[in-house]
Amino acid sequence: MMISQETQRAPASAPIGHVAHNGESDPKRDRGGPAQPMLIVRDLKKHFEIGGSALGKNKTVVRAVDGVNFSVAKGETLGIVGESGCGKSTTARLLMHLIVPDSGDLIFDGEEVNRVRGINIRDLRQNMQMVFQDSYASLNPRLTIRDSIAYGPRVTGVGKAEALARAEKLLGMVGLEPGMFALRYPHELSGGQRQRVNIARALAMEPRMLILDESVSALDKSVEAQVLNLLRQLKRELNLTYVFISHDLNVVQYVSDRVLVMYLGQVVESGPVGAIYGGARHPYTTALLSSRPSMDPRRRVKTPPLSGDPPNPINPPSGCRFRTRCPHAQARCAEEAPVLAPSPLDPGHLAACHFPQAAPAKAA
Amino acid sequence: MSTITTTTPAPGAAAAPVAFRRASKGFWHTVGRRLARDPITMICAVILLLIVLAALFAPWLGLDDPFKQSMARRLKPFGYQGHWLGTDELGRDMLSRLVFGARMSLFTGFVPVALATLIGGSLGVVAGYAGGRVNMIIMRCIDVFYAFPSVLLAVAISGFLGSGQVNGLVSLTLVFVPPIARISESVTTRVRNEDFVEAARATGAPTLSILFTHVLSNVLGPILVYASSLISVSIVIASGLSFLGLGVTPPNAEWGLMLSTLRQAIYVAPLTAILPGAMIFITSMCFSLMSDGLRNAMDVKV
Amino acid sequence: MLRYVLRRILYAIPIALGVSLVCFSLVHLAPGDPLSAVLPETATPEQIAEIKADYGFDKPLPIQYLKWLGRALVGDLGSSIKTGRPVMQEIAPAIGNSILLALAAIVLAFCVGCGLGVLAGYVRSRAADSVVTAVAITGVSIPHYWLGMVLIVIFSVEMNLLPASGMGAPDWQHMILPAITLASIPMGIIARSIRASVIETRKQEFVQTLYAKGLPARKVFRHVAKNVAPTVMAVMGLQFAQMLGGSILVETVFAWPGTGFLMNSAIFTRDLPILQGTILVLAMLFVAMNLAVDILQMMMDPRIKRN
Repeated sequence: MMISQETQRAPASAPIGHVAHNGESDPKRDRGGPAQPMLIVRDLKKHFEIGGSALGKNKTVVRAVDGVNFSVAKGETLGIVGESGCGKSTTARLLMHLIVPDSGDLIFDGEEVNRVRGINIRDLRQNMQMVFQDSYASLNPRLTIRDSIAYGPRVTGVGKAEALARAEKLLGMVGLEPGMFALRYPHELSGGQRQRVNIARALAMEPRMLILDESVSALDKSVEAQVLNLLRQLKRELNLTYVFISHDLNVVQYVSDRVLVMYLGQVVESGPVGAIYGGARHPYTTALLSSRPSMDPRRRVKTPPLSGDPPNPINPPSGCRFRTRCPHAQARCAEEAPVLAPSPLDPGHLAACHFPQAAPAKAA
Repeated sequence: MSTITTTTPAPGAAAAPVAFRRASKGFWHTVGRRLARDPITMICAVILLLIVLAALFAPWLGLDDPFKQSMARRLKPFGYQGHWLGTDELGRDMLSRLVFGARMSLFTGFVPVALATLIGGSLGVVAGYAGGRVNMIIMRCIDVFYAFPSVLLAVAISGFLGSGQVNGLVSLTLVFVPPIARISESVTTRVRNEDFVEAARATGAPTLSILFTHVLSNVLGPILVYASSLISVSIVIASGLSFLGLGVTPPNAEWGLMLSTLRQAIYVAPLTAILPGAMIFITSMCFSLMSDGLRNAMDVKV
Repeated sequence: MLRYVLRRILYAIPIALGVSLVCFSLVHLAPGDPLSAVLPETATPEQIAEIKADYGFDKPLPIQYLKWLGRALVGDLGSSIKTGRPVMQEIAPAIGNSILLALAAIVLAFCVGCGLGVLAGYVRSRAADSVVTAVAITGVSIPHYWLGMVLIVIFSVEMNLLPASGMGAPDWQHMILPAITLASIPMGIIARSIRASVIETRKQEFVQTLYAKGLPARKVFRHVAKNVAPTVMAVMGLQFAQMLGGSILVETVFAWPGTGFLMNSAIFTRDLPILQGTILVLAMLFVAMNLAVDILQMMMDPRIKRN
């Protein structure tokens, strides 16, 4: 069912982040209620074919995302960590439906995405937006930043004057004074400023959920801290839900409520941030965490570092994909692929391992 | 650096009216300014302007009738009886024929490139943005025409269509469509994969809007630079076609045609005979240099 | 690597077919009925019937194309309207002359272009760059048929040094002016491309390493040349192919009896079979040369070999 077909929309003068109350029909209305997860991802798969002749033979398949399951609760920040090539960015694009999944389901606020009786992609895009990593490449060099921000609303039916007004208001909200910045071009801004513009641009669509794909990775540390604080503030003020993707473990720990760890296109561990960082159960997570240098010489970690070659998503190992680098690998790991199973102590903490570690590893 | 304030107005509060200070002009303004500072480009621009103005206002410049023949005054040298540049092999005034010839030569040089930019540019942008199968089909067809050397293709099409100005225009346009289409496709593919286009798609914008607002503005620059570099080639080939007897027919005045008819006079009046070619050379050279200047001003790496 | 070569050849086949299709349809561009376009001036009813059957003018177009293609593949391109002789017979000597001229031109262009390009690549000065750019732009902008006329005026008319046209004994004298004229186009392009290639190669670290090891400049140059060679070969091959196809204007000015001259007279006499046949042969040569250049370039550059 598409709510957008009904006549009443939220009033145009409603402030940004306005979530429609009862009586207003709005694609962005909170339809599922507080208990319904904002997003459920079921068995998401995406394979890419590369190489091979024009006739279709000899194509190699890159299993970028190979059966990913998770859910995002309303109002939380879900962090996704992993090394390069683990499929984080592909997952982000699959969530946004910028790439079409090969199989699997996306359920947004209780409605299936892109199915006959669910929510269509256009309305999904009104609810979910993305902030990209490369702040310069994500802005059209020919448009002023005000026009870049106002573009999204304009093409989805908002009038020109109102879109521009919204853009200026958003500039103020992300900390860029409209009088100074509205008519500037991207090349006249610093990296941190551009990333603020990107955030403003994503917010211009008045989404309920933001996907942040390595949004702070390219920034200097001090600027990164400012932008992270801004994100926190915006989340509070606008009642947003975040999916925060990064390879930087410290940043993810700082912003997330729950964390997902990915390896070679699959989720290997997920759980509350404290549980993951304080007591990781999957050997990969432990190895990742122990690879962070600590400022405190007393906090020496005893678990061994990662060994073996970096993963190749073209030809993953049979059974458990991590077994070639795992210090605890045994015969069973090569035969049978492990599934995400909850910890006996905490049903919210899942790990995909045949021999999850019972003893918690020390976090840095 | 500017101060980044972290205090934000409460959501819902109306924004106070602010005074905007335009921080910088747009892209084309910057390009224009850079062009103006390049001496070579400016000189060429002046020369071309003179030629174009002369061509445009030819009928009103008080020149002799370019068609008036006179058997008694054939191939006279410069300055003979008021003919500043002498006369041609049928006694017609050279200066007047050169100026009127400019109209033809510039026309047949410029129009095919303009048409080819429209056609080839559209094909290339569509192919580049669509990608996949559509791209492959369009570009393979283009590749077939690309497999001919340009002069050969122009001669082939003109040779079969027959002589005449319109036929010449058609064949030249067909010759220039493939290279422009190729460049357009490659630039569009590059732009299409940029993040800002993906971000625009993520807002759910209709494809046409994305094409016009985001893709076109970034793609137009390199395409125009390339097209401008083809103008000089077009003038040379167009005149070449007339030289061969295709393209413009006598008694019209056109530089290539004049070169061809004056060829027999090369032993008698060599300077007169090579005059039309000098005009082709100067015009073509100026367009070439200006195109180079444009490329430098736009910092384009095509 | 063999796989890459085969794949490249496979790719060229549809292009060649497309080219042949374009050549075939050229005849239908001509005003009037295609039958009269290929009929010799004095044709007996038997000849007309024979030609009709050969070309299949009463059959649908695809059949006509296939018939024409089939005959073309075995070398039968029809007969000249003017002389009645087979087209292939007229083309064969003409191609030889054109290739001769193009070879002379490309050698000349290479020598001059190489010298200029390498010099400019080593002497990194504003003046050297300007010279190379000037030569390149001039070469592209100058109408080479006009250049030919100018050279005739200077060397034949005024100085009476060299013959103005034709091809006779001694051959090499007749070849000089046309070769220079034809060489003017690629000269600048080759110079520019060599210069860019030399500069880029010398910037690379392995060159610095060689100098640091104490290798004399002459020997370093050999290494540089090896890296520059593939690009140069490619550019030269392509320019040679372009010249072969685009020589009509120069040959007309100098009355050099090559394919260009043949086409020119065919245009005047409306001898369409000759025109079509020549275009087909030249276009196919162009496709073949592009293919050869691609394969050669791939063989010389070990980096491309991996698939």
